[in-house]
Amino acid sequence: MRRTMLFLPSNNPNMICNGGLLGADSLIFDLEDAVAPDQKDAARELLKNALGSLNFGKCEIIVRINGLDTPYWEEDLEYILPLKPDMIMPPKVSGGDYIRTLDQKLTELEAKFGIPAGSTRILALLETAQGVENAYEIARASKRMMGLFLGAEDLSADLRCKRTKEGSEILYARGRLVCAARAAGIEVYDTPFTDVQDLDGLEKDAEFAKGLGFSGKACISPAHVDTVNRVFSPTPADIQYAKDVFAVIAEAKRLGKGAISLRGKMIDAPIVQRARLVLEAASEIEGVDYFAETV
Amino acid sequence: MRKLCNSLKEAIEKSGLRDGMTISFHHHLRNGDYVLNMVLEEIAALGIKDLTVNASSLFDCHEPLLGHIENGVVTGLETDYMSSGIGGPISKGVLAKPVVFRSHGARPAQILDGTSHIDVAFVAAPASDPMGNCSGKYGPSACGSLGYAFADAMKADKVVVVTDDLMDYPLTDASITEDYVDYVVKVDAIGNPKGIVSGTTRMPKDPIALKIAELAAQAIDASGLLKDGFSFQTGAGGASLAVADYVKRIMLKRNIKGSFALGGITGYMVDMLEAGCFQAIQDVQCFDLQAVQSIREDPRHMEITAAQYASPKAKSSAASNLDVVVLGATEIDTNFNVNVHTDSNGCIIGGSGGHTDVAEEAKLTVIVAPLSRARMSIVVDKVLTVSTPGSSVDMLVTQYGIAVNPARPDLEAAMKAARLPVKDIRQLRDMAVALNGPAKPYARTSDRVVANVLARDGSLQDVIYQVK
Amino acid sequence: MDIKREAMAGTLESSDICVTVQPAAEGIRIDLNSTVENYYGDSIRETIGAVLQELGVRNALVSAVDHGALDCTIRARATTAVKRASREEPQK
Repeated sequence: MRRTMLFLPSNNPNMICNGGLLGADSLIFDLEDAVAPDQKDAARELLKNALGSLNFGKCEIIVRINGLDTPYWEEDLEYILPLKPDMIMPPKVSGGDYIRTLDQKLTELEAKFGIPAGSTRILALLETAQGVENAYEIARASKRMMGLFLGAEDLSADLRCKRTKEGSEILYARGRLVCAARAAGIEVYDTPFTDVQDLDGLEKDAEFAKGLGFSGKACISPAHVDTVNRVFSPTPADIQYAKDVFAVIAEAKRLGKGAISLRGKMIDAPIVQRARLVLEAASEIEGVDYFAETV
Repeated sequence: MRKLCNSLKEAIEKSGLRDGMTISFHHHLRNGDYVLNMVLEEIAALGIKDLTVNASSLFDCHEPLLGHIENGVVTGLETDYMSSGIGGPISKGVLAKPVVFRSHGARPAQILDGTSHIDVAFVAAPASDPMGNCSGKYGPSACGSLGYAFADAMKADKVVVVTDDLMDYPLTDASITEDYVDYVVKVDAIGNPKGIVSGTTRMPKDPIALKIAELAAQAIDASGLLKDGFSFQTGAGGASLAVADYVKRIMLKRNIKGSFALGGITGYMVDMLEAGCFQAIQDVQCFDLQAVQSIREDPRHMEITAAQYASPKAKSSAASNLDVVVLGATEIDTNFNVNVHTDSNGCIIGGSGGHTDVAEEAKLTVIVAPLSRARMSIVVDKVLTVSTPGSSVDMLVTQYGIAVNPARPDLEAAMKAARLPVKDIRQLRDMAVALNGPAKPYARTSDRVVANVLARDGSLQDVIYQVK
Repeated sequence: MDIKREAMAGTLESSDICVTVQPAAEGIRIDLNSTVENYYGDSIRETIGAVLQELGVRNALVSAVDHGALDCTIRARATTAVKRASREEPQK
C-alpha cells in the first residue's frame, strides 16, 4: 500500500532520523534536486549510514537517484544498492531505453553485491513531454517496473505552460499515465501538491487524482501526509459495501445461487475485485482482518 | 497626600530601603522589562547592599543583575523562573546563597501568609494615576494582566509603582488600587513592548512537534473531559500551542462549548474565545499583544491574581477548577517526575512557573515532549531536578506514543479504548536509548548547592548543584 | 588514505556534526566541541577514530563541532570529510 510517498532531503540528518514517524507509507530519500551538486558525496554517505542503522518502521524505502544524464547516478547506485532499498526512483525518464540502461546497471550491481537478481524495483518519474508520450513503453520496459510517477513541475516547464492549482494543464498527462500504467498492470502515483499551507486545495487535488485512478500521491511536506492518507484510504462506506459484497457472495454460495445482486446491482468480477482491494487496504491501515469478519 | 516622587531615587529613599532588605518585582514585561535594572542601578548608586531580590521571573534582559550580585548589592535571589542567561552564571556559582525557587502559586501563598516577607515591592505599571491606581492594559508598554504583582502590592511594607504613562486621577479600570500604594514614579519607559512577546509563543512548523500535538489532542479527547464546560490551559511552548490548535479543531467540529481557558494567555487562546470555544479567559499574564488587546477590550477576558490562579493556600483557585493542562518538559523520568529547571548538563535554564501548580490541580495533566532532542533523551531514569513530582502528572505524549501514569489505570483504559498508541514509559526510555546510543551517566561535579527548589507547600523538594 | 588538504563535511545544524580534517605531521588528533560532551563526548571521539582507522588514515588533525548528531551521522560526516581531504584537488 502506497497512499503517500514523502520526499525527504538525503543530506539532512534531522529530517532523515524522524522520517519513519511522519505517517507516510513510503519515504523517498532524495539524492537529486534536494542535494546541491557539491554535496552529493555527503548525501550518499549519510543516506548509506542512516539506512544501515536507523529504524524506519513499516515505511517502504525509495531512493531518488540522479538522472542518467548526470555524472552521479552510477555512484548513487553503488552506495545505495547494498542497503537494499525497496525501490529506485530514476528522474526525468524519457523512454524505454532509459529504463533498460538502468535495468542493466541494477542487474550488474545486484550480482556484485550478492542481491537476488531482479529484486530491485523501479518507480519511474515521468516529468517531460517525451516521458509522458512514452509512458506505456516505459511501463513495459522492464520486469522491475513497479509504477509510474508523474512530476508536474518539470513537466509544465517542458510544456511551456503555467503550473496552476486547478491543474488543467496536466490533465492529459495524468490521464495518460494512469492509462499506460493500468494497461501495463503496474501502479501509478500522482505529483505532489506544492502549496504547503493550503490543506483544502491539497484535499481537492488528491480527491481529483484518486478519481482519475491514481493509487496514491507524493508529498513534499510532512504536513500533507495525513490528508493524502485519508483521501486514498477506503471510507467507512467503501468498507461496508465491500463487506456486504462478500457477505452476499457467501450467502449465495450457501443457497447455491448463481447470479448475485446487491442493492439492485449485479455483482460481477470487477466489483468483487474492487471490494477485495478495499478490504485489503482497510485491513492493512487499521490492523484489523476485515476478511475474517466477512466469513 | 502626595505620592508622586520626582525620581526613582526619591521613591527608594522614601521607602526606607536599607541593607539586608527584600525587594520584589513581577515579570509581565518579560524579556522587555526595564524596571528591575533601573531600580537596582539606583539602589547601587545609593550604596545600599545585601538585598534579596524576589522576582516572579528573571529573563536574559536582567543580565545587569549579575553585576549587582558581583558588587554585593544583591546577595539573595528568590524566583519562579530564570532563563538561561541568568541561570548559566547562577549555576556556575556566582551567588553565595542558594537561589530559592518557588512555583507561581506558592510564591503568592507564602507572601500572603507572611512566610516570604517583602520590604519594598516595585510594581512596573504600564499606566497609573498619581495615587497609584494602576493597570497593565493601557499605555505604550501595555502588558495586559498584572496578576503576579497583586500579592506583592498587598503585603509589602512599602509599594512603589513605576510607570511611563501617568494618567489623570482616578484611573477607573485599575488592577492594583491606591489603597496599597505608597509612592508613584514616572519614568521615560518601563519596558520594550517588543520584549513582551517572547520567542516561545510561536506555533511550531516542526512536523514532529505537530505530530505530538495531534496525538495529545486525541488523548485529551479520549479522556472524556473534552465536552461542554471544558476548561483548558497550555504552556506557551511551541508544542503546547499546537495542541491548542488541534483541540480547537475538535471543539469547533463537535460544537463543544467550553467554560474557560487559563494561565499565561496567548493569541491562540483569544482566538478560541472568539470562536466560541470558551465563555471566559482567566488571565494571570499576557504572552502577546493580541492577548493584551483582548484583556483590555473583551469583558469575557478577565485578569486574575497569582493567588487566584494557583495558590495552594487559596480557598479555591482557577487551577483547582481546571480540567486539562498541557505542559512541556526538559526531562521526564520513569516515575513521571518532570524537570523544567535544568538542562541535561544540570545548568539552570528555566523554572516551574505555574507548571507544578496546575499539574497538581488539573484533572488531567498532559506532558508533551519529543522522545529526544539533538541526541538527548527526554525520557530518563531519573530527572536531574524534580520540578513537578510524578504524582501530579497523568500522561506523557511523545511522537512514539503515549505513556500513562500507572496511578491512572482508568486513563490508560480510555486511551486503549480509543486505539491510541499506549506504551509503558520504560519502553519509551528504551526507544530513546536505542536511537541515541547508550549515554555515559551524568556525573555531578560539585556538592555545592546553588538553588533550592521548594514544593508548593514550601518544603524543600529538590536542590540544584553547581556546575563547571 | 593520505590527508592531502583541508576538507570539511556536515553542518552546524541541530542533529548534525561538522567535521574538518587537516593534514598533520604525525599521528591523529581529534578536537571535539559537542553539546552532548558530558554524555557522548568519548563515544563521538571513538567513532571518528574508528572511521579514520577503517579508511587507513595515520596522520590527521580532526576538529569537529557537534550539535547532537547520531552515531550514523558522525560516521557519515567523518567519512566524507576524510574522502574529500584525500583528493588532490578540491571537488568540482
